[in-house]
Amino acid sequence: MTALSETRAQPGRAAIVIPRRRPRIKGSSIAIFVFLTMVSLFVAIPLYVVIVTSFKPIGEITLGQIFNLPVQWTVQPWMKAWNEMCTGLACDGIKQGFFNSVAILFPSLVLSIAIASVTGYALALWNVRWADGFLFVLFICAFVPFQIIMIPLIIVVASLGIFGTVWAIALVHAVLSMPLLTLIFRNFYKDIPRELINAAIMDSGSFWKIFWEIVLPMSGNIMVVVLILMITTVWNDYLVGLTFGGISTKPMTVILANSVITSRGEAIYNVNMAAALLTAVPPLVVYFALGRFFVQGITSGAIKG
Amino acid sequence: MPEVRFEHIVKRFGSFNVLEDLSLRVEDGEFLVLLGPSGCGKTTLLNLLAGLLDVTGGRITIGERDVTDLDPSQRGLAMVFQSYALYPTKTVEGNLRFGLSALKLDKAEIERRVAWAAQLLQIDKMMNRKPSQLSGGQRQRVAIGRALVKHAGVLLFDEPLSNLDAKLRTEMRMEIKKLHAALHQTIVYVTHDQIEAMTMATRIAVMDQGVIQQIGTPDEIYEKPANLFVARFIGAPPINTFDATLETTGGKLVARHAPTAIEIDLSHHEFRTAPQAGAPVVVGLRPEHFAVNDASRDDGAMRLSLPVRYSERTGSDATAFLEAGEQLLAVRIEPSLMSRLRIGDTMAASFPMDKLAVFDARSGLRM
Ligand SMILES: Nc1ncnc2c1ncn2[C@@H]1O[C@H](COP(=O)(O)OP(=O)(O)OP(=O)(O)O)[C@@H](O)[C@H]1O
Ligand SMILES: [Mg+2]
Repeated sequence: MTALSETRAQPGRAAIVIPRRRPRIKGSSIAIFVFLTMVSLFVAIPLYVVIVTSFKPIGEITLGQIFNLPVQWTVQPWMKAWNEMCTGLACDGIKQGFFNSVAILFPSLVLSIAIASVTGYALALWNVRWADGFLFVLFICAFVPFQIIMIPLIIVVASLGIFGTVWAIALVHAVLSMPLLTLIFRNFYKDIPRELINAAIMDSGSFWKIFWEIVLPMSGNIMVVVLILMITTVWNDYLVGLTFGGISTKPMTVILANSVITSRGEAIYNVNMAAALLTAVPPLVVYFALGRFFVQGITSGAIKG
Repeated sequence: MPEVRFEHIVKRFGSFNVLEDLSLRVEDGEFLVLLGPSGCGKTTLLNLLAGLLDVTGGRITIGERDVTDLDPSQRGLAMVFQSYALYPTKTVEGNLRFGLSALKLDKAEIERRVAWAAQLLQIDKMMNRKPSQLSGGQRQRVAIGRALVKHAGVLLFDEPLSNLDAKLRTEMRMEIKKLHAALHQTIVYVTHDQIEAMTMATRIAVMDQGVIQQIGTPDEIYEKPANLFVARFIGAPPINTFDATLETTGGKLVARHAPTAIEIDLSHHEFRTAPQAGAPVVVGLRPEHFAVNDASRDDGAMRLSLPVRYSERTGSDATAFLEAGEQLLAVRIEPSLMSRLRIGDTMAASFPMDKLAVFDARSGLRM
């Protein structure tokens, strides 16, 4: 009825065009815009300098015009950084550091995610005695700075007989990240509908089987979030690698720092910058590859059945 | 198929008492419906039986086994949940298979049962789909299939149809009923929908505030409600009730409704407890037991001529609401009559004596 009468009324009203309101830019958005621009410049300018410097021959750098684009582009500094850069007495480039970092990264990821996801799963979905107390302790632990527990941790790790190996670094990363990751996993699993878990408990009843077959396959989103978080943390870590790694297991960051700080004679800026960029690239690649899922992961909480 | 017994079950959440000394026997092969308003403890009772909650006190046995302290997967039960609770990352087939994971069956048996359930519930065409690719009714079938493959002696349903539209609900009701007739499992079925309860149950247990108010066949519950709560909870439109006082006039026992001076003849009512003059009672009159404009009947407990306030039609039925003092009296009428009815018309109605329900106003119990 209503639809009909409205169609008939249409011709008479067609002439009246209601002007669409133009979206106005508000004062607060301008402030935000300015602030964001400043923040990005704060990061972008140094990054620009680092990038252009890494492509300049050393002769151009000594001119001191750090904002100029290279007159003569060269990838020589990158090759040098990768293959020939000197750390202490050895001059093998930072490639060894890259492989060390990769060797540290995988066990760290597996260990930390395995421990945190299972703990979070247990805390969220099973009746764990004193679960609340345990969560509170975890929460407190998340705020304890690493430096405070570093020395005791060294003693513990040494007594396990793994000090100086990648396993030591992986273990320490897993321990340090456990409070935060466990809380993340717990909060994610808390949103799994109760009836779904009840169904699984009646069907199977096995803690591990339910984890493997039901809960883990539902964890895709949160896994991406945690992966990015951990890859960035582990890759960019310096202190843990420095204190717990042996001579041959130092991560890329430590080797980079050693090279840049201890290089004898004149500083070779272009090689140093290239080395720094080489060290920074892997987390970036991961972020660009998985970034889409990252946003999805942190915004989609509950799992709809 | 085993029988299920609850013995003196107590359940508290913190200091909140949900069930207090509840005992209930579900007989072998029975279709028992737990019916009650929201929050009365139906799901709690079902979850206690399933082992998803622990009892605070009391014992639960299934067949000869005391299952009070057994894990859910060890109790030999299967359950269909209100939200279906299908595993979202598994296919339909994966869902059915996972249902068997606690049973340690050999491969051939698993294949046989999955195929059997798929065929029985007509989901064999969608075995490779994920739950998100199914309609509500299909999901419901899969959920039932996942429960059936276990060949459990006892099947539990927690409001399995409440997420479906009315038409589908009617269909699924029939199908569950048929399944029960074919498989003879003992079924405990929770709902707050009285039509589901009336159509499916072999017996209904009506619950309120954690207490079983009455347990009986649908007929018993409907025709002989044990108390006012049951009488008012069952039936749509709901039973008419009059607050009245017992009196003896002219050697006859009547219930007198003071505001309208309506007198209801109770001389042929079979009292369970001896009536006392002056006692306050509540008289219940089901709308469909009224005889309208029918002078030939004279077994009536009462005859009324009251003005019509309004009337409504619900499919095959129609109900007229008559004005009786402050309250409205619902009377079922023929739909054909309804079209001739004008508001303000006077309608004559009588009520048969043997259909009366009389309750003690103080205890609410049937008299
Ligand atoms: N985990 C819990 N902690 C505290 N109180 C609870 C808990 N679970 C249920 N209750 C309370 O117990 C009472 C019974 O709940 P229950 O879920 O059994 O109701 P129900 O009869 O199934 O209702 P509905 O028809 O709405 O599903 C409610 O008052 C509810 O608030
Ligand atoms: Mg419920």
